[in-house]
Order: sequence, then C-alpha cells, then structure tokens
Amino acid sequence: MYRYDEFDATLVGERVAQFRGQVERRLSGALSEEQFKPLRLMNGLYLQLHAYMLRVAVPYGTLSSRQMRKLAYVARKYDKGYGHFTTRQNIQYNWPALVDVPDILDDLAEVEMHAIQTSGNCIRNVTSDQYAGAAADEVEDPRIWCEVIRQWSTFHPEFTYLPRKFKIAVTASQNDRAAIRLHDIGLRIHKNDAGETGFEVIVGGGLGRTPYIGHTIREFLPKKHLLSYLEAVLRVYNLEGRRDNLYKARIKILVNAGGVEKFTDLVEAEWTAIRKSEIDLPTEEIERIRAYFTPPDFEDLPAESAVLEQKRKGEAAFARWLRVNTVAHKTPGYAIVNISLKPVGGIPGDISDVQMEAVADLAAQYSQDEIRATHEQNLVLPHVKKDDLYVVWQALTVQDLATPNIRLVSDIIACPGLDYCTLANTRSIPIAQRISERFSDLEQQEDIGELKIKISGCINACGHHHVGHIGILGVDKKGEEFYQITLGGSGAEDASLGEIVGRGLSSGDAVGAVEKLVHYYRNNRQDNERFIDTYRRLGADPFKEALYAAA
Amino acid sequence: MKAITGNRLSDGAVVYLRDDDQWATQRGEAARFDDDDVAPVLRAAQLRVREITDAYIIDITADGAPSGRAIIRETIRGAGPTVRGDLGLQAECCA
Ligand code: SF4
Repeated sequence: MYRYDEFDATLVGERVAQFRGQVERRLSGALSEEQFKPLRLMNGLYLQLHAYMLRVAVPYGTLSSRQMRKLAYVARKYDKGYGHFTTRQNIQYNWPALVDVPDILDDLAEVEMHAIQTSGNCIRNVTSDQYAGAAADEVEDPRIWCEVIRQWSTFHPEFTYLPRKFKIAVTASQNDRAAIRLHDIGLRIHKNDAGETGFEVIVGGGLGRTPYIGHTIREFLPKKHLLSYLEAVLRVYNLEGRRDNLYKARIKILVNAGGVEKFTDLVEAEWTAIRKSEIDLPTEEIERIRAYFTPPDFEDLPAESAVLEQKRKGEAAFARWLRVNTVAHKTPGYAIVNISLKPVGGIPGDISDVQMEAVADLAAQYSQDEIRATHEQNLVLPHVKKDDLYVVWQALTVQDLATPNIRLVSDIIACPGLDYCTLANTRSIPIAQRISERFSDLEQQEDIGELKIKISGCINACGHHHVGHIGILGVDKKGEEFYQITLGGSGAEDASLGEIVGRGLSSGDAVGAVEKLVHYYRNNRQDNERFIDTYRRLGADPFKEALYAAA
Repeated sequence: MKAITGNRLSDGAVVYLRDDDQWATQRGEAARFDDDDVAPVLRAAQLRVREITDAYIIDITADGAPSGRAIIRETIRGAGPTVRGDLGLQAECCA
C-alpha cells in the first residue's frame, strides 16, 4: 500500500498548522465567514443543517486497519460515534465542532490521512475499482496510476482554480465498478491488439443537473504518457470551460456544447505542444510508485477449500452470504469479501465506531491489512483466504455487517438528503430504509437478482439516481416531499441515463412504485435477464403502465 | 411571523435569537417578529460574526412552529435527523 514519503508528510503537516491558525482567526473575528468559508472548504469542512461536516479523503478507496482504527477513534472522540461512507469512497463525519477540527486533522495525519481534495474547484480525490489488486478480471492494479495522478494533482499550481470541481476515476477491468463513464475523466486500462497495456480515455461524463455519459476521446494512450495527456485535457478545460455560469462550468458542458470532435482536436493539439516537456514521469519514478503496490505475499493454496465446502453445505445462511457477498479473487484459494453497510432498515453507508474497529481487526487478521471503501457505500476485505471465510462471516454477522445483499434490491445508494444536507429538497435515507424493509426477504431479493436503486435528495445527484436501474429523485412541491422515478439507468460498463417516467410520487407511493416495477419485471423477465435487461428489451411503456395503472 | 436562526460558530449547532438577544438551541424560545420588523434584526444579528454564522429568517406560526415552504427543512433542523432519533435536540427534549 502507498505510504507517505517525507514530502507528503510535510505537506499535510503544514496544511494542518495553517488551518489551525485560520480557525483561530475565524473564532477571534479576525476573519469573516466570507473569508473563512473557502479556506474551510479547502480542508473538507462544510456547514450542514445541524452542524459542520468533515469529509476525509480515502484515496482510491484503500485503507489499512491502522487507518480504519483512527477513523473509529475520531468518530468516538470528536463526533457521535459513527461515520458515513460516501459515493466517492470518502468518509464524512456529521457533527465535528469547528474548534476540534484542527486536532482531528492532526490525528488523521498520524495515519497519513487528510481532507485535502475533498472539496472546492480542484482535482478531487481519485476514485477506483474497490477490487483493485484483487479482482480476477483486472489487467493490472489500477491504483498505481491513481497514485501517480494523486501526486500530480495534489496542489497542482495550475489547476487549483478550475471552473468547477474535477473528478477522475480509474479502472483496469472490463467490468466497470468505478463508474468511469460518469466522471469528468474516466480511465480504463486495457490491452491493445499488440498486447501492450494503455488507457482508454473517456471525458465529459457526469451527473447533476445536466447528466452526460462520457465520450471516449482516445482508445489507446500508452501508459507513460498519462500525465501529459491529462494535463492537456485539463488545460483545454481550464482555458475554455465556462466560468460565468455555475451550472455550465463542468467539462461535460464544454465537451458536449462544442462537440466531441472539436474538443478532441483541442486536446490533441495541446498534447502535441506539451508532450515533449517533462510532465510525464520517468520510468524509475513510476516503478518507485509501483513498488508500493507490490501484491501481498499470497500463500500457495489449492483453488478450493475443504473447510469452506463443508461449512457451505451445513449452513444455508453462510452459503447465501458466500453466493451474494463474495467475489472471485485472482489468486487461487482466496476470495474478495464485500461488507454490506446496508442492513435491513439501516442508513446506507453509515458505520459505527465499534463496527469500524471490528472491520479493522478482521482486515489485520484475515485480509493482509487491507480494507476498501466502495462508491456504492459498502466496504471490502480484498484478500481473504477461502479457509477463513467462515470465521470472517461469523465475525461480520455479530456486528450486523453480513447482510447478504450486494448488488441486490436493498443494496441502495442514498445520499444524506434533507436529514443532513443543506442543499436538499427532500429526504433520501427514509425512502431507502422503507424499500429495504419492504424487500427484507432474502430469498426474494436473490430471486429478483441484480437491481440497483439509487436515491438523491436533490438534482445535484450525489445519490447517482440518473444511473440507477431504478432512480429516485426528491423534488420539493410547495413544502412537500415528492419523488420522481427514473428507469433504465446504469453506471457500469453498459452506462446509460435513466428516463423519467411521469409525475412525482409521495414517499409512501414511491416505495409502492418500486414494488410494482419489480413485480412487473418478475412476471415478464426471460431466462436470466436482470431488471435492466428486461427494461431495455421491453422499453419504458409497459413499465410506466405497470407503475401508474389504477390499483 | 418570523424568527432568526443561524448556526453557532464554535460547533455549528442550530440556534435561534431570543428576546433577550441571546442565542437559544430550542426553537420554542425564539423571539417572534412581525414580517415588517425582522429585516433590521437580521442585519444586526449578522454582525455578530464571532457567535454565529449563516444567519437567516424563517417563517413561523404564532406558536413558534416552522411554517411556509421550508417547513420540513426547519423542522428537521430544529429537531435533528429524522433517521436518528437519538441525535440532535429531539434526543434531549423528550428522553
Ligand atoms: S444530492 Fe442533493 S441532497 Fe443529496 S447530498 Fe447531494 S446535494 Fe445533498
């Protein structure tokens, strides 16, 4: 795993000291709120409905057990005993006091964590595949390149005042678990016909008020040119991106307003001009970074585990969890374990200090000390021996962290919504809770199969509703909460934007609507079709009809 | 009627301006103003930058309950997250 070098440590230490001074000056009145606000945002500190909120970066979703323990400590000491994992692989604390934040940041710095790049119009924390370094289907570990990008983008002098925030995601698998087509830049590592690995470069995706699926502007970029090419994209955006209108300032608007071809030409021209300069990292430097991601010492194990098979046969609940929550690992005898943060009726992404510590202990003992956060608001133990799966399952069950629902109807993404967020129109979490209660029957959930429900409390779309198989968007109608349903979206390799299907529904009706849609799907699916497949085959109309037909 | 609210600078807690010009965390203690009188009070409150931040005016009924367009938002601000009854003011008042 990547460890800070001296440079990183100094950088973060100086930043915290600087912020401590800024907080003191704000408290003494020397700084006004107008002056202070951009400074606190640069340090991940927002003001929400009930309190401040601190967003801590988890670069490309990778955490060690030591870091997770520190997150638990912060939750207990300074907050209210819990944290919330977001759709960008970060963690948020909902109740820190301003006066404590410098101390929190000092504590986090002890384990090489910080809140830099979690806010503001800069290049944000880079996200990646939560199975990176473990997935059976990956070309190579994408986190090496995430780290290259992190080092290049942190405090990049030219890109600290972009027209808007800028999000980059990297994957190295055909199966897109990082939603790369919905990012300002999405990068997919793949092999070309000559057997070399390089990046597919996708630009201009994004959600929010004006959602777009990203466009591929380069099928194959040799890896060594990554930074000069990214720099070319960012330069074009920094120069041409609109700054007059907040809603038109993202790169997706620039790409789509002028057309992809024109945008691509600009990037290629810029790249030609700068590619010979010294932006790209020398091979030794890339190798130095790669060394941090040397795979752990996996044991030589048989592909199948006798212990596991025996337990699987004996315990149906364990067998179900294995089927639903574990995934193939690239090393024989190992598996990837998903930890669901979506218990029945729970708050998606929330985790208590005690649960964090339990996860840290499991990672230390059974998963090579590694934990991952997912953009679907769950956690992952990436390297668990099959022989250990039963013990891990038991330990997770005790902590209510073993709900077998990954990718299923109750594995819902929900933004904080009006329960916490100042920008919200409506609440999101209670809708997620009611849906998960309505579908609490595990057998039924498994029968329904993959179904991605995503809920946002306003058009900013932090809950990714546009790309939910079923998306739910909260809208305010004269002080009442209404919910608009979209259908047919996907954030994966088959990315698509959902289509709005008619008038908004009350919160009670929205939950019933999901039930009706699922019912229609189950009656009309063919073979192994998922909900989204049936929807794509039949189109929106029959689903609309099912939804709005008189009861 | 109107009331003035904001977030306490030191910890972000939701506060309301009282008749005695102090800040209260209970909305029930908020001073009530006629619609026409509230603007200068807000301006004065906004100057108290060492105490609070993000001060603004809310609609309330004659009994001090939130009303108008922001009714749900202000209800939640006053009480705490609806999904965590154990947090926020709601946890203190009725335990
Ligand atoms: S989608 Fe809207 S309500 Fe939800 S967290 Fe984002 S800004 Fe807040």
